[in-house]
Amino acid sequence: MTLILQLGINGLLMGGIYALAAIGLTLIFGVMGIVNFAHGALMMLAMYSAYWFFTLLGIDPYLSLILTVPLFFIFGGLIQKYIIRHTLGAPPINQFLITVGIMLFIENAILFLFSPDFRAVRVDYFGAILSIGELIISLLRLLAFAIAVGLTGALYLFLKKTDSGRALRAVAANKEAAQLMGINLNYIYLMAFGIGVACVGAAGTIVSPLFGIFPHVGHLFLLMAFVVVILGGLGSFIGAFLGGLIIGVVESLCTLFMPGSTKEAFVFSIFILVLLFRPSGLFGRGG
Amino acid sequence: MDLLRIANLTKKFGGLVAVNGFNLTLEKGEIGGLIGPNGAGKTTIFNLISGYFKPDAGEIYFSEENLVGLKPDKICKKGVVRTFQIVKPFFNLTVLKNVMIGAFNRTDHPGISEKRSLEVLEFLELSDKKDYPIESLTIVERKRLELARSLATQPQLLLLDEVAGGLNPSEVEDLIAILRRINKDGVTLLMIEHVMRTIASLANKIAVINYGTKISEGRPFEVLKDPNVVKAYLGEAYQIAEDK
Amino acid sequence: MVLLAFFLILPLYLDAYFLHIMIMTFLFAYLSRSWDLIGGYTGQNFWGPSAIFGIGGYTSTLLFFYFKLSPWLGMLIGGILGMIVGILLCYVSSRFSVKGIYFGLATLTFSQICMTIVLNVDAFGGVNGVLLPLIKGNSLFQFQFHGKIPYYYISFFMMVLSIYVMHYIERTKSGYYYVAIREDEDAAQALGVDTLKYKLIPTGIGCFFLAMGGTLHAQYLLFVNPDFFGLPFTIEMIIRSILGGVGTLFGPIIGSFILTPLSEISRGFLGGYRGVHMMIYGVIMILFMLFLPRGVGTWLEKLYDYLESFFEGKIRFSG
Repeated sequence: MTLILQLGINGLLMGGIYALAAIGLTLIFGVMGIVNFAHGALMMLAMYSAYWFFTLLGIDPYLSLILTVPLFFIFGGLIQKYIIRHTLGAPPINQFLITVGIMLFIENAILFLFSPDFRAVRVDYFGAILSIGELIISLLRLLAFAIAVGLTGALYLFLKKTDSGRALRAVAANKEAAQLMGINLNYIYLMAFGIGVACVGAAGTIVSPLFGIFPHVGHLFLLMAFVVVILGGLGSFIGAFLGGLIIGVVESLCTLFMPGSTKEAFVFSIFILVLLFRPSGLFGRGG
Repeated sequence: MDLLRIANLTKKFGGLVAVNGFNLTLEKGEIGGLIGPNGAGKTTIFNLISGYFKPDAGEIYFSEENLVGLKPDKICKKGVVRTFQIVKPFFNLTVLKNVMIGAFNRTDHPGISEKRSLEVLEFLELSDKKDYPIESLTIVERKRLELARSLATQPQLLLLDEVAGGLNPSEVEDLIAILRRINKDGVTLLMIEHVMRTIASLANKIAVINYGTKISEGRPFEVLKDPNVVKAYLGEAYQIAEDK
Repeated sequence: MVLLAFFLILPLYLDAYFLHIMIMTFLFAYLSRSWDLIGGYTGQNFWGPSAIFGIGGYTSTLLFFYFKLSPWLGMLIGGILGMIVGILLCYVSSRFSVKGIYFGLATLTFSQICMTIVLNVDAFGGVNGVLLPLIKGNSLFQFQFHGKIPYYYISFFMMVLSIYVMHYIERTKSGYYYVAIREDEDAAQALGVDTLKYKLIPTGIGCFFLAMGGTLHAQYLLFVNPDFFGLPFTIEMIIRSILGGVGTLFGPIIGSFILTPLSEISRGFLGGYRGVHMMIYGVIMILFMLFLPRGVGTWLEKLYDYLESFFEGKIRFSG
């Protein structure tokens, strides 16, 4: 029983990070209708940037967030402005290919520059734990979770309370009506993509002390982000958040029953089942 | 025998009753009209007849066969074809190929399909544009194309959704002449219209809908003077001026 | 005709390296051409062709490995199996209204599921896949040859076959219906097109060919492994079609003739620098989506039309 609880908590903590990554993906889809296949690669990029900040400049990954988040926001904006913008009206397959193209470029650029060797961010407090009864909670994971949830909360407030946030939601709801209200779509798209990439950049930075870092690590997170987003509903913030937590827990519990990478097949199957029986996910529109 | 007999047709979307116990009969060769304010449920009725929606209650008999539950392509095979209010041409095909898709409803041979399509295009005076891409067509020509495509399926009943929308008066006259000829060739028509001129000159009988319910039915001149109809369109304050 | 003769004679003058490039070019042209029937011509968001490709490769290889069944027969069986799987994917999605991006994601995920399955089931070879025993000399029965030339002719033949089949389809009623479905499903239905049936058929045909392509690839490389199911193969197939002109007869072929030699040669020169040739791939994909989304084929078509009208004086003298 404790084992289940233990796994559940670990899963929940990891889920917070999945949630943050997924929120970025769902925001981009909700506002722009684009499925960003480069999302995983961007997260990997953030992991590398956290590594280099840590290794070269001695900056703790969680502190480097202050630099990473704005940097990734700008990077996202640039990608949107120079690449994504031109495919907005195109058929899904074009968007698929262009974002895959970005993914290929980023992943292989990193591969070329930094080799396929594993890297790790070893912070001093790596081993710190908290014991509650028989449960052992890694403080690092707890910190990661807390920051991820904190950022999620901040984003939520931004969307709910600020004019820009409301404008984003308006465009997601009905972009023609939003335009008629005087909202500048190009500006919104820039912001949406920028925020989306900033989210996944934050997620990557946050997760960097917890995972081995290598060029293709993004694939796993891309998959997870997709499953979370479909489960929660494409375009739904709450859906992505809760979906992230759920998938985190489910993935963790899977290690009880399934060896190695079969848990991936399980997660995929959830994905397909959701698509079949409840394509709009828990909270989403569309399907 | 009635060609089309709609009995007690009802459709709800959540709490909203879009179509409420609608009845209508049309005999072979008649031209029927369906009018009413925007949002009254007219296109929903077309969607129900042509199989895009499933009704919550009621029957739709076409030559004594119940259409309810059949998919749109089966209904088309049986002889009921609809046009769309906002035209839906096959953009990357030429005019001729667009019509051929329709003609394939009654034949399997591309050669025959092409021949019949050319005839239809001739009839609708679009022959000179047969190899043109859709983007080069004006909205009037696109509406003609929509009509041609549907005609090519060799329907017995044609459901026309606002075919006159957006046409200027002289184009409306041309359309009326074309529709008359189609009807003379044996096709029964049911038209949704806002352009009263079209409906008034063509229809044998008109049904008026408001908020999903039929509020009036009869010959055009009767219906258009019915106070209920005036009220529905213009509100309580208005009345049709009496002829002196 | 001249072109045909050219390609038939060519292998006598090429060395192994260029023969390899041609074989891969033909193979991917064939695969891309087959995918294009489903994804380009009929407009279905089929993003998992590697699943079918892998099913074909694994079926024939496993049947040979365990039952000594000739890979030719295995190819046929694999083709049928791939066809059934494709039809099921299409049918189930249709029943559950999984369309557009969602269908794309579902088929993509399906290919990943297939990969995970073969990775974890030892009988299917696991991580290393299944190796075909190398034999000395040629064996028609075992679908294995000593030099590259037989593979050249086989892949060339398959490519030509796929072109011929497509050419035939284009001129039938079914072909017209597939395009109508691509353009506007609702309008097609109103005109009597049974959209389910006319989605299942091209999917079945395309998948039949895709699966057989898997066998050819396996026999040429002498192994199958989980990578057959991977996203990279899917991308290779789709991108050639888009590059050359999606939905056109020769688009995928042109796409393969441009991209495959480029890819193989750059891998040769730059493969030593890990990742560079894939970076270039990424850039090519991005550039094409930005500037030539309808592919080279349509651009060439426009160029040809322009030149034609220029020479006929249509452009000079207007009105």
